Amino acid sequence: MIVELLLQQLVNLLSLGSLYALIAIGYTLVYGVLRLINFAHGDVMMVGAYIATFALTRLPWPAAFGVAVCGTALLGVAIERAAYRPLRTAPRLSLLITAIGASLFLENIGIVVFGGRPLAFPAIGLFDRVLHIGGISLPLLSVWIPAGTAVVLAVTFWIIYRTRTGMAMRAISRDRETAQLMGVNVNRVITLTFALGSALAAVGGIMWSIKFTSITPLMGVMPGIKAFVAAVLGGIGSVPGAALGGLVLGGLEVLFVAFLPELSGYRDALAFFILIGILLIRPRGIMGEDLPE
Amino acid sequence: MINLLLALSSFLVTADPALPEKAKVGVVLSMTGDTAAFGDMTWTGIQIAKEMKPKVLGADLELVLVDNKSDKIEAANAAQRVVQRDKVIAILGEVASSRSMAISSVAESKKIPQISPSSTNPLVTQGKRYVFRACFIDPFQGQVIANFALQNLKAKTAALLTDIAQDYSVGLSNYFKTTFEKGGGKVIKELRYQTNDQDFSPQLTVLKGTPPDVLVITGYYQEAALVSKQARGLGLKSTILGGDGAEAPELLKLGGEAVEGFYFSTHFDEKSATTAIGRKYVEAYRAKFNKAPDALGALGADAYFMLAEAIEKAKSFEPEKIRDELEKMKGFEAVSGIISMDEKHNAVKSAVVKKVEKGEFVYVTTVNP
Repeated sequence: MIVELLLQQLVNLLSLGSLYALIAIGYTLVYGVLRLINFAHGDVMMVGAYIATFALTRLPWPAAFGVAVCGTALLGVAIERAAYRPLRTAPRLSLLITAIGASLFLENIGIVVFGGRPLAFPAIGLFDRVLHIGGISLPLLSVWIPAGTAVVLAVTFWIIYRTRTGMAMRAISRDRETAQLMGVNVNRVITLTFALGSALAAVGGIMWSIKFTSITPLMGVMPGIKAFVAAVLGGIGSVPGAALGGLVLGGLEVLFVAFLPELSGYRDALAFFILIGILLIRPRGIMGEDLPE
Repeated sequence: MINLLLALSSFLVTADPALPEKAKVGVVLSMTGDTAAFGDMTWTGIQIAKEMKPKVLGADLELVLVDNKSDKIEAANAAQRVVQRDKVIAILGEVASSRSMAISSVAESKKIPQISPSSTNPLVTQGKRYVFRACFIDPFQGQVIANFALQNLKAKTAALLTDIAQDYSVGLSNYFKTTFEKGGGKVIKELRYQTNDQDFSPQLTVLKGTPPDVLVITGYYQEAALVSKQARGLGLKSTILGGDGAEAPELLKLGGEAVEGFYFSTHFDEKSATTAIGRKYVEAYRAKFNKAPDALGALGADAYFMLAEAIEKAKSFEPEKIRDELEKMKGFEAVSGIISMDEKHNAVKSAVVKKVEKGEFVYVTTVNP
């Protein structure tokens, strides 16, 4: 019995943790190239979820997801053009403020366009099924989410380390001016980074919506913060770090609720506690690079 | 000539000294955020009531709606704003008890009457001079759910899932527990979460070893739907129960098949509409939306009608006089039943139990206090 319960919690841990990981990867990617804490990431995720919800009423799910991912990538590019590019040479603080502005803008536009009441994400049979193996219930989604995260991680790795664009991203992340002097088209690469980061946010938003059903204009706020914590925990800027940070954060949350049920209402507080802890003990995170002076 | 004009104008002024052409009423509701459905449903009810009775003492009651984003602090700010900027004579709101209390601190200090349509926690009006409500309170609602579980469902064990961020949920869980254990039942697990949580699997997994007969979630519809869904996903077969916070179309939309057989107590059903004005309201609502009216809308309408009645009785728009009349209200025929204020400003009324059946809310029974 105890073993079954532990295994069940392990299933819970993997599905929540890899969901955080998925969102954190996109978050950290943008930071890695631009050194920008993109607070609008969670809200971009929300837009992805809405596009998918509407697309699903007209298209079969693979097409609908494709539309959502592409649409959200375009949105990311638009945000970069409108909010971040004009401030490319401004101090870091201005970028942070404009990111918060972009986040509030998306949330409020969401409220105006979609209204305050939640929509239900359409059920998709393939993802909705639950397998009962012995005493363990295995929602198929708990397999799909980690699998999806693994694929996303692999693709991201491939882009960063095996393509010319990835090489340019790494160069810009190291030293933007020099990269530019060496003939790297900085604007183009940053645009591509945003497109990729936002596409990842859309994948995260879709997975999140399949799991939690309810779509609201403010749905991205908490996942955005959790992804930020996961990214810092794993080492902000590091893609494998973000994946690891997501898994660790999801794992700690599940264990916290499972073993301290009387404190289970404070799981969000736990995330902030972890954030403060990591900043005090090891600010560069588990797998982060050494911070420059 | 001038004398005549002066005489005439003084006559016009003295004819109706205190009655203005319009009076503003603040409406503070959660139009966005976690319980946006509640704000929306209540606002619909208030608007229908206003269409049914647009003028009081010849003056237009102008409604000033402010959204509190389902947030306590925003609710207090909104109340502050309607009192100071709009000079309202009364405030209608909120649905959630925590937010009603945030508003009542403003109402009390500014001496403006507040009518909460549907906040059921006893603390909302307790010890307050200017705060009233159109609904019953949670000690009664807790009894209704517990007795329903014991008698109708023959439940012996229960698990409680409480939203620690909501006074409503914390209170209702406690009252449920008291009655359920007095009646011979046993609460085997008390689990907690916070508004906005979406993942309940770790909590619910704890129940897998010893599944309770009933799982009681005392929070609001969004979480109730997700809990049902995740409980069924984990293979838990317990009957799931809730309070009036579960009643929103979102429960059905978000919960899907998982909320089939979900029972909850609430304030009103068109089948339980006994008053003339209640039947008129049902008609107006059906004509407009072509569906059955919900309890929160009915209570929103009642809050409006209570205010109108108090103004008419007081023959004045002065907040203090309106307050006095609200306090004296006895046997007032409202949409959701007959409202008499008890000494703690609570309406003493019957409760309704509903059930989800084939994706719809179905009337089960009426329970009298």
